[in-house]
Amino acid sequence: MKPVNGTDFYLLDDLLSEEERFTRHSVREFVDREFMPKVRQSFRDARFPLEVIPGLGKLGVFGASIEGYGCNKVSGISYGLMMQELERGDSGLRSFASVQSSLAMTAIHEFGTEEQKNLWLPLLAGGQKIGCFGLTEPDFGSNPSGMRTTALKAGGHYILNGSKMWITNGSISDIAVVWAKTNKDDPKSIKGFLVEKGTPGFSAKDIHGKLSMRASVTSELNFDECKIDGDHVLPKTGGLKSPLTCLMQARYSIAWGALGAAMACYEEALGYARERIQFSKPIAGYQLVQERLVWMLSEITKAQLLAWRMGTMQDNGSLKHYHVSLAKLNNVKIALEIARSCRDILGANGITDDYQCMRHMNNLESVYTYEGTNNIHTLILGEHITGIKAFE
Amino acid sequence: MKILVTVKRVSDPEAKLKIKPDGSWIQTEGVKFVVNPFDEIAVEEALRIKEKQTGEVVVVSIGEKVVTEQMRAALAMGADRGIFVNYTGSYDSYDVANILQKVVEQEKPDIIILGKQAVDDDMGAAGFMLAELLGYPQAAFASKVEISDDKKKAKVTREIDGGLEVKEVELPCVITADLRLNTPRYASLPNIMKAKQKPVKEVTVDALGAAVKPRVTVKKLTEPPKRKGGVKVESVQDLVTKLKNEAKVI
Ligand SMILES: Cc1cc2nc3c(=O)[nH]c(=O)nc-3n(C[C@H](O)[C@H](O)[C@H](O)COP(=O)(O)OP(=O)(O)OC[C@H]3O[C@@H](n4cnc5c(N)ncnc54)[C@H](O)[C@@H]3O)c2cc1C
Repeated sequence: MKPVNGTDFYLLDDLLSEEERFTRHSVREFVDREFMPKVRQSFRDARFPLEVIPGLGKLGVFGASIEGYGCNKVSGISYGLMMQELERGDSGLRSFASVQSSLAMTAIHEFGTEEQKNLWLPLLAGGQKIGCFGLTEPDFGSNPSGMRTTALKAGGHYILNGSKMWITNGSISDIAVVWAKTNKDDPKSIKGFLVEKGTPGFSAKDIHGKLSMRASVTSELNFDECKIDGDHVLPKTGGLKSPLTCLMQARYSIAWGALGAAMACYEEALGYARERIQFSKPIAGYQLVQERLVWMLSEITKAQLLAWRMGTMQDNGSLKHYHVSLAKLNNVKIALEIARSCRDILGANGITDDYQCMRHMNNLESVYTYEGTNNIHTLILGEHITGIKAFE
Repeated sequence: MKILVTVKRVSDPEAKLKIKPDGSWIQTEGVKFVVNPFDEIAVEEALRIKEKQTGEVVVVSIGEKVVTEQMRAALAMGADRGIFVNYTGSYDSYDVANILQKVVEQEKPDIIILGKQAVDDDMGAAGFMLAELLGYPQAAFASKVEISDDKKKAKVTREIDGGLEVKEVELPCVITADLRLNTPRYASLPNIMKAKQKPVKEVTVDALGAAVKPRVTVKKLTEPPKRKGGVKVESVQDLVTKLKNEAKVI
């Protein structure tokens, strides 16, 4: 698997600052040199290569949207470009970073006490500690407000009961941000809790048999009369809008990340099509194949412009959750279609892990589903433009 | 300990280059430019020496304004400050050595490290010429550099045909970096942010008092000839005959 160059048909690089280009360069080099040699075996073994995490921490990748607390805040576009480069490697690598930064760290930063922030953020930023984010439950995916996990107050502490499902980094986490109702019938009572690894009553079990996101840890978290100290609640949380704040940041990173996977696939297919000779000439010389390649390039270019604009809006404060929904919806959808199309262009070779496109394709199936499925983002946008809710 | 390192802006070695229709140079539109990989290794070595010995790493780049981007990339790796020699026009290796000589006379570094060659024109001459002009000892193609405890000497291992040569040179000296000297670090986000604030001094060739008179000029660039397809031989005898009479290698 050879390293990829940037797909930049509309000279978008001219819109980037030097700092943004340097940031992308560092992460790109890191992924090419440290991660790419491992990705195939990791995916085969269904293992996340944890050994790359200290290096990413040293680079400053984690918590790069946070000011202070050992974090290194960069522009929205720099942040996005980092995610793009990570997902060029594998969606599992970007997922790790999204969960660590956008979900766990954002939750602590937005809703935690000074003590919680000072304790956890520097360790998570440096990659010495790993975080996860438990919102989804076995019976509540798209509608998390129905969650059954409860944290009932008992004196100075809370008792956590219930289970969380599909939690990225679950079993390898040192700290889990867990969402639970403090009053079992009231979604407004949802609060976030910091549950440390090893807390009695808390256990994590990995989900096996995944055909997607194999180079990523996905777990089930169980809480059985798990006692949480009062200083482990995130005090500023209240209702579903708290976890949704974190999700907006994570969806932002996904919209950029998906571009990385799409570019990796497109470049692979383009290179292959130029070399693979069938009948009398390279398959890139047939109109049907050209139409596919041109379609991919135009979709990537449009998605890049969308991501870039989303980045500038993030920085000037005009970015709303529905803008992010559109970018997540669009960029993941085209990335998945591009990956599928690339797999087709590679013919039988495309089904092996000697090439990247099928791994990306399989991963993108998860990306399509998590952080709000494609349908759910459509409904979010539908509600926004019509004023009518169509969720139920 | 003060270390001066050269940083040249070169076209991305991965890029597919096209030659301008008049053959005068490559087409630069749409081509990405990077730090000459051997210079990146030189910067890394300077930073490692500095981290062991304390001191300062100064990077120098020559050319038009655009070259400061690659200079800042070196600052983002951790170099302390830059000297940008603003010069438009063509120059050869000897001109570069002349300019660097003047910079060295002003800065008086203990060690000057250059990449062993720039990957664009592959001349690989400036380092030797600079040492000659300065009258400094030199150790080219370094694969390992050790500074003596009294900071007066450098022990430099060089990869030569069929083995290694270990040289000891007195400081100040000129060293050129070979591929296996080290693996350059990734510029971390905090260092990328800091690079913007690091001082870069702009000087002109005239102000340095250096003469630029290219003795070597590029007459024309041409693409390498397209490879012709091979032929299949019928027998071993055929092959031997062809090797003898056509290829004339046996
Ligand atoms: C690899 C991976 C990692 C994950 N990591 C995390 C994590 O770290 N933390 C976490 O909390 N969660 C995580 N998730 C869970 C993820 O967020 C959920 O899978 C997602 O929210 C969808 O929920 P669900 O799987 O229950 O699907 P469902 O909600 O059951 O949806 C199934 C289908 O029904 C559709 N649907 C549902 N409701 C409607 C409706 N009203 N109108 C139209 N269509 C509808 C959906 O669009 C979808 O097509 C992860 C998931 C995966 C696959």
